[in-house]
Amino acid sequence: MQTQNRPLSPHLQVYKPQLTSIMSISHRASGVALSLGILLLVYWLAAAAAGPDAFARAQGIVGSFLGQVILFLFSYALFYHLCNGIRHLFWDAGKGFELKTAYASGYAVLAVSAALTLLVWIIAFATGGA
Amino acid sequence: MAQFKLPANSRISEGKTWPAPQGTGNIKRFRVYRWNPDEGQNPRLDTYQVDMDSCGPMVLDALIKIKNEIDPTLTFRRSCREGICGSCAMNIDGTNTLACTKACDDVSGDVRVYPLPHMPVVKDLVPDLTHFYAQYASIQPWMQTQTPAPPDQERLQSKEDRAKLDGLYECILCACCSTSCPSYWWNGDRYLGPAILLQAYRWIVDSRDESTGERLDDLEDPFKLYRCHTIMNCTKTCPKGLNPAKAIGEIKKLLIERRT
Repeated sequence: MQTQNRPLSPHLQVYKPQLTSIMSISHRASGVALSLGILLLVYWLAAAAAGPDAFARAQGIVGSFLGQVILFLFSYALFYHLCNGIRHLFWDAGKGFELKTAYASGYAVLAVSAALTLLVWIIAFATGGA
Repeated sequence: MAQFKLPANSRISEGKTWPAPQGTGNIKRFRVYRWNPDEGQNPRLDTYQVDMDSCGPMVLDALIKIKNEIDPTLTFRRSCREGICGSCAMNIDGTNTLACTKACDDVSGDVRVYPLPHMPVVKDLVPDLTHFYAQYASIQPWMQTQTPAPPDQERLQSKEDRAKLDGLYECILCACCSTSCPSYWWNGDRYLGPAILLQAYRWIVDSRDESTGERLDDLEDPFKLYRCHTIMNCTKTCPKGLNPAKAIGEIKKLLIERRT
């Protein structure tokens, strides 16, 4: 029987996005984003150590509109990764596998990470930190 | 390495649209994946228009009606038509399920029907499950004992021990869960996938089986077991309402516990 030319059935192309799978790949994506974002933070800290001129330049970049957008996304990635990481800890302990629980914890992660991000930014702007 | 795009020979083109039946307004369109090994062409998506007034309620009823009345070349597996044999597992409306227990009315709009995802296609909706079955054989899915059986009775089990098999023994190996799992899509050559791991756990927790340690040894492997990242597509899609993700979680827990 000829088996070499068998096509591969479609997968990503046809499978409906599920909350479960989207949150899983987002966990990985936010982890990658955090690794990249940490470079910006290291640059900012290094500039602070290098002297007032370098720090002023770094403040200008980080404090610009684009810089703040990146910081906002970074903070959301941080809280999402943190909250979903805690969700994974429960799974690792063998808890929360029931479908209803997994969906409830998924929505909770989305809500709590969004709330924490907004909270941090409200505090930041209210105290004039940004 | 994960290959996200379909290979050139697997890309799907628009196929034939079969004419609508006369004398009815109650028509549902079925968009069905077709591939014939004898034609040497790429897969295509045919459109069948089915008179739902003279059709049974399930997607399998519609497929059988199409095969009987519209296009006898349509190829798919089916047997029990009541969700116990697992033959008619396929991707319907974007998720994997059994065609015989999926109601046509549950799908709004056109019903899109594809073979189980990321599998080699034998013909139309028939995937090649050889590798899946070989993986099943690799976990040695039978009772293994060293101690002699009692001379005058079976190997008995307490009610509590028997209850541990509930939610596991019901698995019909339809492969819906494994082929819904992105990890299995990218690493199915070495990752066992949710269905096989649930079966493995079924023997690990069986109080009568005496090869628990060897079974755990065999699974303690970065690929066989630990490609599971708790994506949970498996549990979401299981047409029998089982929880492969939980079974895998239990195996991981046992592996941790026996180290301490």
